[in-house]
Formats: sequence, structure tokens, C-alpha cells
Amino acid sequence: MSAPAQTRNRTDGIPAALVGLVAVAAGCLWALDAVHRPDLAGQAPAWFWGAIVAIWLAAWWATDRLARAVPPAPAARRMLDLLVPILFGAFLLFLWEIVTVGAGVPLVLMPPPSAIGARLVQSLPILAEDFVQTVLRAVIPGWALGSGLGIAIAVLCDRLPFLRRGLMPIGNFVSALPMIGIAPIMVMWFGFDWQSKVAVVVVMTFFPALVNTVAGLSASGALERDLMRSYAADWATTLLKLRLPAAMPFVFNALKINSTLALIGAIVAEFFGTPILGMGFRISTEVGRMSLDMVWAEIAVAAVTGSVFYGLLALAERRITFWHPSYRRR
Amino acid sequence: MTTEAALPTRPAPHGARGGGRAAADILFGGQTGPVLVIVGVILAIWYAACLPMNSGLPSMPAEGDLAARYQAAWSLERPVLPSPHQIVMELRVSTCGRLPSDQPFWSAFFSCEIRWTPRNLLFHAWTTLSSTLVGFLMGGLLGVVLAVLIVHIKTLEKSLLPWIIASQTVPILAVAPIVIVVLGSLGITGLIPKSIISAYLCFFPVTIGMVKGLTSPHPIDLDLMRTYDASAWATFWKLRWPAALPFLFASLKVAIAISLVGAIVGELPTGAQAGLGARLLTGSYYGQTVQIWAALIAAAALAALAVAAVGLAERITVAALGGRR
Repeated sequence: MSAPAQTRNRTDGIPAALVGLVAVAAGCLWALDAVHRPDLAGQAPAWFWGAIVAIWLAAWWATDRLARAVPPAPAARRMLDLLVPILFGAFLLFLWEIVTVGAGVPLVLMPPPSAIGARLVQSLPILAEDFVQTVLRAVIPGWALGSGLGIAIAVLCDRLPFLRRGLMPIGNFVSALPMIGIAPIMVMWFGFDWQSKVAVVVVMTFFPALVNTVAGLSASGALERDLMRSYAADWATTLLKLRLPAAMPFVFNALKINSTLALIGAIVAEFFGTPILGMGFRISTEVGRMSLDMVWAEIAVAAVTGSVFYGLLALAERRITFWHPSYRRR
Repeated sequence: MTTEAALPTRPAPHGARGGGRAAADILFGGQTGPVLVIVGVILAIWYAACLPMNSGLPSMPAEGDLAARYQAAWSLERPVLPSPHQIVMELRVSTCGRLPSDQPFWSAFFSCEIRWTPRNLLFHAWTTLSSTLVGFLMGGLLGVVLAVLIVHIKTLEKSLLPWIIASQTVPILAVAPIVIVVLGSLGITGLIPKSIISAYLCFFPVTIGMVKGLTSPHPIDLDLMRTYDASAWATFWKLRWPAALPFLFASLKVAIAISLVGAIVGELPTGAQAGLGARLLTGSYYGQTVQIWAALIAAAALAALAVAAVGLAERITVAALGGRR
């Protein structure tokens, strides 16, 4: 959206917003303390909910001020862009805690974040074992193998146009299919342990990598390609020096998509059979035993894993495709 | 096919010059020939792989000549890798019932009598498709509404959008069992929980695509609307919404495929009795490989049909708006 010039460098809302935020934080702390008291937990009266709504409105007002503010220093701007979503997320957690505790929602329906946190800390060894089994043994090898294979076949397709014309429509078709369905077959073929999960992840990540890389390899401009031809560069040189670097944004797009797909693939594949380890196994068994706090702890680990995985890829992308227009200073 | 359209299509190197080259052109010039060749190669590898994949089974004859062993490998009861024609046969039998034995093969093959029972694959496909469609509608609506709010309310853009994006780095399918169990303990079972999972999965591409689409009008056009003193409402309906439609349909194609995945996975955790996911699960419990493959093919066909339907809706809408393709 194009902001009119006079709205640049607007800082007048920030002091009031910060004061508001301090007040909101104080209100939140009071509410958190109050709701856990025995006379309020599970039977919070109307005035308490009124106070929560008031805190909510105040928080909205303060965040709105912050979201509109545009400080002159770029570092401050970046901090603000980080602060606003963090505040929003923290407030959502706060509401979750208040509502589940205050209204007395049973633990088997929706445990409050505090219970999930406590369970997470208690069962760190189990969570770590599941993490090793699912992420280190299945997700990462499968992701690397599937994406690598996809990129390699894409380069091969680039060399052999016949292969590209034949494989690309199939690749496009297959990447829209519910590939997760191959999980039971892979479990049958490769056994219950991590090998079958790696196989599922490889199949799921192969086609996005293939399709995106092939699209990326044709992304370099005609002008640059003509320049390479005028240098009498052969196919390999053009590929290495021009077309692969130009394809990198597409490749990273595929790698990011695949990071989520890989985690999903490994977890869902564990629903079809696994040794007594792994995030998917834990989720399905603990859901059966109605201990939802453990399930949520497992989901929290999965969420952090997925976000870190994605963040690392985004960092690498920034380092490698620094030349891309989307990273230019606006 | 979107990526393919973006590729520079090389003009056929030897157009309609010589009559002798026409056949080669058909085979190698366009897309159909290469696709057919590659599908053929895949099928050949598949048939060839049936013997080594299945040779470890106790029901396989240990000796005999190669032809006989292949014959056996292609017609096992519970193969590790079923042959393609076994899957076609299973699809035929599980949709139209057993082959009547009193007729010659091909006329029997094409005579169909559909019984709407839980043994019928079409019944399972419909179960999955119905929750997919309900979820797709909910998720699509939610996605569009969120995008409109995000584009018009600055606070939401800054606070909500990062979380929507971050939510995708979480394996959302991991939440599926919780949704099923929580709603189940509230007494809600059947179609709705699965649709909620589908909606949860498919709102994201719609939101992201629509935010992109609604902000895609060029600043010059937005300025023009401002010189007309157009209200935000008029700007939305006359400029932003039409500009966002191509993005919407592109996202909807992705979304409907994902919502099918959501519906299938939603059938796994509670051991649902009906649906393609249930079919996969029971097939996996009882080692019914051919049934798994048939369910998989049915899911693939369903996804392809659904995506094609969205594509058709796109073409109709574009034509109705006076656009050209």
C-alpha cells in the first residue's frame, strides 16, 4: 500500500502507546494472579470478564498506535515491526490462559498454557527422544534427499528438453495430489522405523523441488543468456554462473515449502505405524489417553522446530540471494 | 500447469516443413508425446518391479521360468507392489461390484451396478469429498474475510499477518487429532470436525493470495480512484476486488488440494468408518495393499477433479467479466 508522504516518520503515538502498554501489562498481571485464586478459578464473575474486555480494548488501542507509528530510525522501525506481532501473540496466550482457567474449561478439552508449559518442562527427556526420532532421523534426511533429488532431476530436465516436456506436466499434476496417502504403503515397504518416514518425506518433497527448480532455471533474462553466448560459454558454465544463481529464489521457495511438508509427512506417517517413539506416535497415543497437555507440548516442540527450520532457511536465502529485488532497501 | 505456462515455450524447431517430420513433431515437439512416453516408461518400470518387490512373499513360487514368475507376481492376493491392472480391477470391483462371470470379460468390465453401501469406494470418496467441500467453503470464506480485514486495518496487518505466516511453519496436521477429539468429546462428530481441519489448512493460501491480490493494483490506479474521491467501498469493489480475482483463483486451486489432504488426515486419528482416509487406515491394518492403492488413486482423481472444477469456475468468471484467456 502506498503511504502518502506526510505519514512518514510519525512518532507522536509512541509515548502514549508505551504508557498504555505498561498499563495493559499491569492489568494482565493482575488478571493472571486473580484468575488463579481459588475463589475465581472456574467461576469468574461478570465483572472479571468486563475487566478482561477493558484490558483487551486498551491493548488494541495501544497496538493500533504502535502499528501506525513510523519512527525515523530504520532500527527502531524494525524493532517495532517485531514488537507488534510479539505483543499480539503474547496477548493471545494471555487470553487463552484467562479463558481456560477463568471459565473452568476441563483439561481434556483445552489445557491452559501454564499447564502445557509445566508438562513440557516435566517431560523434556521424552520430548527430546521424540525430537531425535522424528526430526533428526526422518525429517532432515528425507528433506535433504527429496529436495536434492528434485533439484538434480530438474537440472537433468534442463539438459534434456524432452524429459522436461514429459516430466513437468506430470510433476505439476503430482504436486497437487494428496501425497500423504502414500504413508501406509511406505510403512509397509520400509518397516515401522524411520526409514519409512524418510521415504514418505522424499516422495512428498521431490516434486515441489523439481517443479520450482525447473521454473527457476528459465528465470534468467534473455539478455544475460545472450551475453553468456557471446562469451562462448558452454552449457555447464552458463548453468553454474548464470542460471543456477538466478534460480536460487525459486529453489529456496521450494526448500521452504518442503520444510513444512517434511515435518507434516513424517508426523502423519507415524500415525500409520511406528516404534514407540516419535512426535506423531506421541500425539496419536496421548490424544487417545486424553492427556491433551502432552499433545500440546508436543505441538509446541513441533511449532518451534518448524519455525527454526524455516528461519534458518530464510537466513540462508538472504545470504545467497542478497541481489534479489525483494531484499533491496526500500 | 501454472509454472509451465510461465516457461518460454520454444517454437517447434522444425515446423511444418517436411511431411516426414510430422510424426516426429507429434512425438517430440509438443507436450503430449513426451508425457505419453514418460508415463509408458513409468508403467514399464512398475510392471518390471513387481517381481523383485514381491519375490520375498511366501505365496510366490520359488522356481519356474521368468514368464510364469511374472505371471504370479502380477496377480498376488496381497502383493507388496500390486500391478497397475490389479489396481484398475480393484477400482472397478469396489465401485461397481463383482464382475458378473456369465459375460465375456470386456462387456462384464463395463457393465456397472452401483450399490450405495459402505463397501463401495464411491461411498468413501463422497464422504471425503463432502467434508472437503464444506471445509473448502469455510476456509475460503475465512481466508477472503481475513485478507480484506488485513488490507484495510493497519493494526491487523502488523499484528496478525506475521502469525498467520508463522502458523504455516507449524505442522498444522499435527493439530488434527486434537480438533477431532475435542469436538468429539463435545458431541460433534462426522462431517464438521473434518471440515474444520480442512478449513484450517486451506485458509492460509487464500489469505496470502488475497492480501497480495488486493494490494496488487498499481499506485497510479489507487491515486486515480482518490482523484475521483471514491470511497473505500467503491475502491474495493471497482478496483481491488477485480484485481485480486486472478490471485484468488490461483490460491483456491492450491487450497482445494490441501483441504482434501486435511479431510483425509482428519479421518485417521479416530479410526473413522467411512472416507478415503479410513480406507487407507483399514487397508494398512489388514495388509490390503490393493485397497490402499485404489484409495490412493481415488484420492488423486478426486484432487485432480476438484482442481479442474476450480479452473472451470475461473474460466467462467473471467469470461463473465469480459476478460480473455
